[in-house]
Amino acid sequence: MSPEAHSTAIGPRGVAAAHGSTEQGHTGAHPPRLAHHFDSYAQQRESASLGVWVFLVTEIMFFGGLFTAYILYRSKYPEAFIAGSHQLDVMLGTINTAVLICSSLTMAMAVRSAQLGRSKAIAGFLVATIVLGSVFLGIKATEYHHKWVEHLIPGHDFHLEIDHLPTHHGKPVASELPSGVVGESRADVPLPSAGPQDIQAHTQLFFFLYFGMTGLHAVHMIIGVGLLVWLIRPSLRGMFDGNNHNYVEGIGLYWHFVDIVWIFLFPLLYLVGRHG
Amino acid sequence: MTAHSDFPAHSAFPEPIEEAPEPYEHYLNHKYGLASWLLTRDHKRIAILYLISVSFFFLLGGAMAVIIRLELTTPEGDLVQADIYNRLFTMHGIMMIFFFLIPSIPSVLGNFLIPIMIGAKDLAFPKINLLSWYIYAIGGLFTFYALLTGGVDTGWTFYAPLSTGYTNTPVVLVALGIFITGFSSILTGLNFIVTIHRMRAPGMTWFRLPLFVWSHYATSVIMILGTPVIAITILLLGAERIFGVGIFDPKLGGDPVLFQHFFWFYSHPAVYIMILPAMGVVSELIAAFTRKPVFGYHFVAFASIAIAVLGFFVWAHHMFVAGISVYAAAIFSALSMLVAIPSAVKVFNWTTTLYKGSISWDTPMLYALGFIGLFTIGGLTGVMLATLGIDIHVHDTYFVVAHFHYIMVGGAIMGYMGGLHYWWPKITGKLYPKFWSKVGALTIFLGFNVTFFPQFILGYLGMPRRYHAYPNEFQVLNVMSSAGATVLGLGYLIPAVYFIWSMRYGKDASANPWGAIGLEWETTSPPPVENFDKPPVVTWGAYEYHESRVQPSLPPPKQEVMRVT
Repeated sequence: MSPEAHSTAIGPRGVAAAHGSTEQGHTGAHPPRLAHHFDSYAQQRESASLGVWVFLVTEIMFFGGLFTAYILYRSKYPEAFIAGSHQLDVMLGTINTAVLICSSLTMAMAVRSAQLGRSKAIAGFLVATIVLGSVFLGIKATEYHHKWVEHLIPGHDFHLEIDHLPTHHGKPVASELPSGVVGESRADVPLPSAGPQDIQAHTQLFFFLYFGMTGLHAVHMIIGVGLLVWLIRPSLRGMFDGNNHNYVEGIGLYWHFVDIVWIFLFPLLYLVGRHG
Repeated sequence: MTAHSDFPAHSAFPEPIEEAPEPYEHYLNHKYGLASWLLTRDHKRIAILYLISVSFFFLLGGAMAVIIRLELTTPEGDLVQADIYNRLFTMHGIMMIFFFLIPSIPSVLGNFLIPIMIGAKDLAFPKINLLSWYIYAIGGLFTFYALLTGGVDTGWTFYAPLSTGYTNTPVVLVALGIFITGFSSILTGLNFIVTIHRMRAPGMTWFRLPLFVWSHYATSVIMILGTPVIAITILLLGAERIFGVGIFDPKLGGDPVLFQHFFWFYSHPAVYIMILPAMGVVSELIAAFTRKPVFGYHFVAFASIAIAVLGFFVWAHHMFVAGISVYAAAIFSALSMLVAIPSAVKVFNWTTTLYKGSISWDTPMLYALGFIGLFTIGGLTGVMLATLGIDIHVHDTYFVVAHFHYIMVGGAIMGYMGGLHYWWPKITGKLYPKFWSKVGALTIFLGFNVTFFPQFILGYLGMPRRYHAYPNEFQVLNVMSSAGATVLGLGYLIPAVYFIWSMRYGKDASANPWGAIGLEWETTSPPPVENFDKPPVVTWGAYEYHESRVQPSLPPPKQEVMRVT
């Protein structure tokens, strides 16, 4: 952030307006790219940034519902969740995680370039972010396709091959769970242990959450890529500089948020029960 | 009488701005034509768009209430049968809650007034503000279309598995309408929060903010934290209904109570989205018509925040009989009662403000006083319902119906009407007839009580809600309730008539017809496009009804512009 940003941060109108004109050196009635209802670039910038942060709070609450459902059903049906998790491709998931983290780096570089007003650098980093984001989406699509082929899409055709049930040292993983995870009396009284039918239904629940959570994440990625594409033209035209880089910064924050969501999704969905 | 002089002149208070020479340019006449309204980014015009659309849904929801009350005048199902009746009360609830009560005060009065009250030219994001209205309109169209095709019959609560597996009505369509409209609420809340943080005029510190702004800040916090949860809930509901995935279906391992948790996590705080803005309105009215600062300003301000925060920890009191554990129920019971504390702080502070105030009985004040009484009844019966034993006894009876109508109609709509009457001269620049407005206020108050008080008794006697037929012994009270509803309906028509009348025939309002204090009264009525001719600098606190503001010979001391953070 430029030093002026701090000196005028959310200043009172009179003061801020004065700074606005000195920052700018513009003698007209209203400086360019400063909306009519703002008095200074600082005020505009701070408003945009707070707006994006508040928006991200709503996103957290939005994803929060799915995470809550995940927590509930995973604690209810741990075997099914482990079984489901073993159907996912950890390698692809790991590659995707790496791709996404790299894209966050390039996004951060784009924001920095915007603050410095380097048009070509912004565009270059944006393109890099778009490429990485698209690679992520491509890998995700491949994974979805595999699940389709394997009849793991929740709905009528769902079928989990029973011999896919995970084993550990020759025993079903489920029996290795510490007692108390599912029911307290698990050790002594043989609970009506989850039969194959139940495992089918409960694994379907896992896959619904898998598709729901990664699908919603992918929708956010697609929107993000769209926003980044839209940003390229204005950045090449030199629209962004120390005063005015709200769009790049706001979309950057959004991109990092979507990245962080994946950082939570990856272990929850891919790595369950792989610690043994 | 309809004369200008009807409004108290309160000559003791000089009007800070000279009457603008006629004709002057203001937000209503600087542009004409449909496009100038539909493409406007002016928060004042968007408020008017909202006013028109929420009134439409209020009318629709009201019409359904009329049929419901008509059906309930006799014990048998003679006007409509169960199937239609279910759709009626469901659509009544959906229209009134999601399309009228939640947007009413924030999107109409809040939208219009918050920027003016804090001395800004507009909300922080004018385009997003317009977008929120379009989103609201699209969601409304979906729901309206669903209504035309027969509506849903699940109750406004959409409980699974009835809504996901059994009903044949277009649940997904209506749910989509609510999903879409939710984003309009989120965007409004986001806009208010950023505006209140970043757009205040020089000298407008947090503790100089009118309490109306404080209560909208608290409301906005609920909007941005709660609404996304109902959005994801609706997505899950839709997925369950369309794909049969079993997230709420016990047959497939799902948990129907999870739906109730999700639903009430939003829908209980949503009650505070409806009531907090009304409380903000009442704080303004009480101060203006007692000519006193609101007693315990800081407490009233923080009570709004406290209600918003506590409101998120009480949702399961709707689920005491849904099979949650007794421990959970006991904790939620206790937490629910905690909400009574900040609510009582507000009520006590308003009544203390009345003490030794110079009270004037103008129409807005009648609504404010009505609010205090009715909200108190609604709130205290809420504490009764938070008590486990009583709740189990009266669960799903008319006692609950009466309770939440006291909060929503007696509270939120009274506040909305009071606010509309208080700021109407500012919004339209016109005065409405004083006599008829008082007749309207009293009719509404009377009609409301006759409608809903008998329902407390009915519920306590055991009449369940959501049935179109009932045993004969409940008829007398039901007829009373229906008779009251007729009066109430007429009462709402009176303001509708004179408000519309006043736009054409009303006398022009002065900048400050009530002699009240607040930035909105320092600008012309109606305000200019950018709200103030000169950007205001604030050197006084909210509600400073005292000498230094009264005597022009003693101008308020020139104060250093305070840093706004």
